[in-house]
Parts: sequence; C-alpha cells; structure tokens
Amino acid sequence: MARALITMPKSAKRGEIIEIRALIGHPMETGYRPDANGKTLPRDIIRSFVCRYNGEQVFGAELHPAMSANPYIAFHTVATESGTLEFTWDGDNGFSQTETVAITVSG
Amino acid sequence: MMRYLVLLAAVASMGADQRKPGSDFMGESTRAMQRDDSQNPAMLWVGDGEALWRDKVNGKSCAGCHADAATSMKGVAARFPAFDPHGKKPVNLAQRINQCRVAKQDAAPFKPESKELLGLESYLALQSRGMPVNPPQDKRLKPFTASGEKLFFQRMGQLNLSCAQCHDDNAGKRLASSPIPQGHANAYPIYRLEWQGVGSLQRRLRNCMSGVRAEAPPYGALELVELELYLAARAKGMTIESPGVRP
Repeated sequence: MARALITMPKSAKRGEIIEIRALIGHPMETGYRPDANGKTLPRDIIRSFVCRYNGEQVFGAELHPAMSANPYIAFHTVATESGTLEFTWDGDNGFSQTETVAITVSG
Repeated sequence: MMRYLVLLAAVASMGADQRKPGSDFMGESTRAMQRDDSQNPAMLWVGDGEALWRDKVNGKSCAGCHADAATSMKGVAARFPAFDPHGKKPVNLAQRINQCRVAKQDAAPFKPESKELLGLESYLALQSRGMPVNPPQDKRLKPFTASGEKLFFQRMGQLNLSCAQCHDDNAGKRLASSPIPQGHANAYPIYRLEWQGVGSLQRRLRNCMSGVRAEAPPYGALELVELELYLAARAKGMTIESPGVRP
C-alpha cells in the first residue's frame, strides 16, 4: 500500500470553508520513458482521485501522464456536518487506495 | 568621519556569514514546498522511516534500543559523518544505520538509495531540523576531512572542473538556466524535483561528478564520505533544513 498524507482540520464551524491537502506516494510512470536497456517502461499512473464527504462526492480529479510522481492535490470544501471524508485514488495495474479522516462540525 | 564609516562597514561585512543554504537560491514555490510539511513529498519517506523505526526485525526494533527518536536521535544527524572506531574510518548516517541493522538486528543491510534506507535517514535527519550542523571535534577525523577538502579542490573529469570552481568561485551565477548554489549540504536527504524522489548527499555528489564527466566512486566509497566530512566542516553552524526540497 502506498503512503498517503492528508492534511485537514479535525474540527470546523458549520459553513466554514476548509482546505484539504492530499499527498500520495506513487511513481506516476508516464509510459513514454525508456529504461536502462532502452525498453519503454509500461505506463503506471493514478487515473482518478475522488473525495467523498459522508458518501457524497465533493471533489474529483482526473490524472494523466506527465503529472509528477507523488501527486499533491489541494482543494476546498464547505464543512456541513460531522462525519468522515473518504479519499480514493484509482490507477493502472489495479491500484486503488482509500483513506478516511473524521471531522467534527460544530454550531 | 566618512572614511571611518566606510571602514566600519567593511569590517562588519567581513565578519558577517557569507554562507547561504541552497534553499536561498531556489524559487519561491520550491521554498514553499520545503517550508510546509503537508506539501513536502519527502514527508512520505519520513513516514516510511518512522514505521521502520518501530518495526521488529528478528525480534528487535530501532525503537527497542533507542526508544523515542524525537529525543534519542535529536542532533544525531547533525554530527555525521562520524568516526567508526571498529572500521577505523568515518561513516555517514546511512552507513551507521546499516551497521546497526547488520550487528544488532542480524539482517541484510539496506541497499544504497533504497526507499527503506532513505526513509530511516530522512526520519533521523528530521530530528535535527533547526539545529546547527555540528561536525564532531574528533582528532581521528582530521586526515579524512583533509582528504575531502583536497578532493573538493581537485579538478576532475573530461571537463576538468573541481567542486570549488563552481561552488566557491561561481556560486550565485548560473549554469545554463540553473543557479549555482554554494554547495552546503545542510538539507539532506533531499526531495529533488528532477529525481521525482528522495536522494542522499552521495547521490548528489555522484551526480555532480558525472556532470563533469568524471567517474564517480560507488556508493559508500571512502572518497565520498571524506567529501561529506569536508562539506560538514564547511557548513558548520548552518541550520539543518532536512528533509529539504530542491529543484
């Protein structure tokens, strides 16, 4: 499993705009690079990233070759209710990883 | 009066530290990546290192002997390379980690530049962040530091360039479009954007050597450790930024 680092507030006021940062370890091999022997390395990238807030999608991104290794994605959402945010990265070769982070919303 | 002021200013500038870390030569966005742990991809390696610190291998973990790295390893990376009394030569932090792994955990050493070794090295280096580079005042290290210094001023490769010709004589200027830093190693291991990953100081040194078309010594070679020793002496007192981000 890849290592992922998610940075977001543990608690927020209702209606507050919160920033979420998600960083994941992944080579993002483009599929165009040759290896040491001149043979093209097969593509191995993350294809999509989705964030769901209590089951409802609040952010999504499509990733492509030429995006850097260890992709970092930062975005904002509105804190509506207490619950969990679920982050899912899907990619080539059956890559799939999900992380969840809890948030407490007051007021 | 004016002459007196000019003299004063000259004395003041002589006394001030003219050394600048590599991060002073990079763009604002790269600096921001280094400043903020939530943006610094090297923190992925730090996370791996922290996990390895606790993992038991043959019944023994790093934490089992050294306990909490946040206290036991504070300032340790700042003191490397250090003299190894058994081998009677200096070892860098990566070599010291592998010595522990082989002798205490009875396991195979990590390969140079492996994710595991760089992870542990980054995790330990982080414990010295903000502290000054503090090379040991060990008499036994002196001849090795002197050899490292000699190598720093030694012209090498088909381009016949020494480290000093770029990093002392032409620091602050550009090599093609890239600024030439002063070559202070106070942020290693670094996440280098060009590498798309974390690498050690030895990787950087070997990079520079192949850049001047010289034959780079293999990882762990004494020449490279000696050069690391000289660089530590040269950067003595500078603030450790590890794990750094570089372009």
